[in-house]
Amino acid sequence: MSDLRELYQQVIMDHNKRPRNFREIEKANHLAHGNNPLCGDKLVVYLKLDGDKIDDVSFKGSGCAISMASASLMTEALKGKTIDEAQAIYEQVHKSMTGEETDRNLLGKLEVLSGVKEFPARVKCATLSWHTVHAAIDSDHDISISTE
Amino acid sequence: MSNLNINTIRVDFPILHQEINGYPLVYLDNAATSQKPRQVIDAVSHYYLHDNANIHRGVHKLSQRATDLYEAARGKVRQFVNANSDKEIIFTRGATEAINLVAQSFVRPKLQANDEILISHLEHHANIVPWQILCEQTGAKLKVIPMTQTGELDLTQFDTMLTERTKILAIGHVSNALGTINPVKAMTEKAHAKNIPVLIDGAQAVPHMTVDVQDLNCDFYVFSGHKMFAPTGIGALYGREDLLNAMPPYQGGGDMILSVSFEKTIYNELPAKFEAGTPNISGVIGLGAAIDYMWQVGIDNIAAQEHHLLEIATRKIESLPGVNIIGTAAEKAAVISFMIEGVHPHDVGTIFDQQGVAIRTGHHCAQPVMEFYDIPATARASFAFYNSEEEVDALINAIQKTQELFA
Ligand SMILES: Cc1ncc(COP(=O)(O)O)c(C=O)c1O
Repeated sequence: MSDLRELYQQVIMDHNKRPRNFREIEKANHLAHGNNPLCGDKLVVYLKLDGDKIDDVSFKGSGCAISMASASLMTEALKGKTIDEAQAIYEQVHKSMTGEETDRNLLGKLEVLSGVKEFPARVKCATLSWHTVHAAIDSDHDISISTE
Repeated sequence: MSNLNINTIRVDFPILHQEINGYPLVYLDNAATSQKPRQVIDAVSHYYLHDNANIHRGVHKLSQRATDLYEAARGKVRQFVNANSDKEIIFTRGATEAINLVAQSFVRPKLQANDEILISHLEHHANIVPWQILCEQTGAKLKVIPMTQTGELDLTQFDTMLTERTKILAIGHVSNALGTINPVKAMTEKAHAKNIPVLIDGAQAVPHMTVDVQDLNCDFYVFSGHKMFAPTGIGALYGREDLLNAMPPYQGGGDMILSVSFEKTIYNELPAKFEAGTPNISGVIGLGAAIDYMWQVGIDNIAAQEHHLLEIATRKIESLPGVNIIGTAAEKAAVISFMIEGVHPHDVGTIFDQQGVAIRTGHHCAQPVMEFYDIPATARASFAFYNSEEEVDALINAIQKTQELFA
């Protein structure tokens, strides 16, 4: 059960219950749909980019606690960052989930997501929003991605 | 209560005796696939250790033995579903392949644009998608019998849904997502009154109850071995002999022919006509051994034990606050789909697994059922006769631990 506490930490539970930036951005200029067909997680990530700066980022959708908390934490972490900075953060998150060495300064609060590394079946839940924001940044039209 | 001594039964299933994450394994994912008794594992390994050869070909001893074992298993399957003749039993990879076979070889040649195929809202994707493919190929239409809040078929419009355009009624015997047992015999009778042939998807029925295709009077009945204690990759199609005889082959190859020349090929008789290529010989032998095993335990005993587990588990879950059972049909197999308020099923699955309790979470290959209830997924506990009352308690305990964690 100790791994469980590691996975479902207070921060995760809190972001699952009260997800931050859980809204549409009316003037979003980038948007992507993420879908994890295996467990039915579905979300939309909205982005407002100003040049290469992330002015605003938000999401809506439904899914398990891990996917919801991850999306919520992501929006907090990426707001105000440049695309390059966002990319660097994403790489750190990914490393933390696969048990690789990470840069704590860059990772910050997102470290709570590293609990999934003990639960290989759940890594996809945690990465869904990150893959989706990635797709949203890269594309200037509505795009759908699936983690399978 | 049943007459089974569960502790003795469990000795037959070596896989059950292990720990998962420091807890005894509690295997409650039987609707996905069942575990295999030692008798089945031994039959398969005995075949490979002593009798392995290709069938229906060689004159040598091993080939004769392999052929005898293979055909003896067909006889057991015939008896298991009470078919008239061994010719009516076609071995397939499973229920999925059997449905595709009927769709393509039986229904397709008769279909015209705007003809109808009737299924139900409760079907597994295996009894939806082959028909959708057929509709795309022919311009036929898929019609769907609706369901009710309790997870039963809504048969109020059934009579009018059976039209002169309906070319087949394809219906599940037992729902894998909710456990509902459908009134397939009465439905078959109504379809037949209008000369509409009937296929029954028995994948979730054969592991739990006696099936008699003559009593059901259906035209086709399909099932998978792996859900009834046999290996994966083997299943069977029962088809009425006159219908199978009139159907074109599904696949071409060796074994399904009498003679081949470049000018003309003459197809083999039933059942070989539908078993092109070297089949899953060890799987068939394993399936035969699984049937022997079920007979030895007694199908009535199996049904009684599972019904007992269903009753106590349902009662205990219903008494828990914040837990809702999805699918409350009057007639159910031992399947309980449920939701824990405020906890996504996928989280439920992980937390259960940490306590050694294996359940399925997801849409159970029945997305239309999930959409009906407007939920992305459920957690599903499904029982077999080797499950014990202690395991029901482990399930309840896992639910409570989950609620504590998410409190
Ligand atoms: C009701 C039902 N039909 C069909 C199938 C498909 O069986 P298989 O995948 O073994 O072909 C299943 C398996 O989950 C099922 O539960």
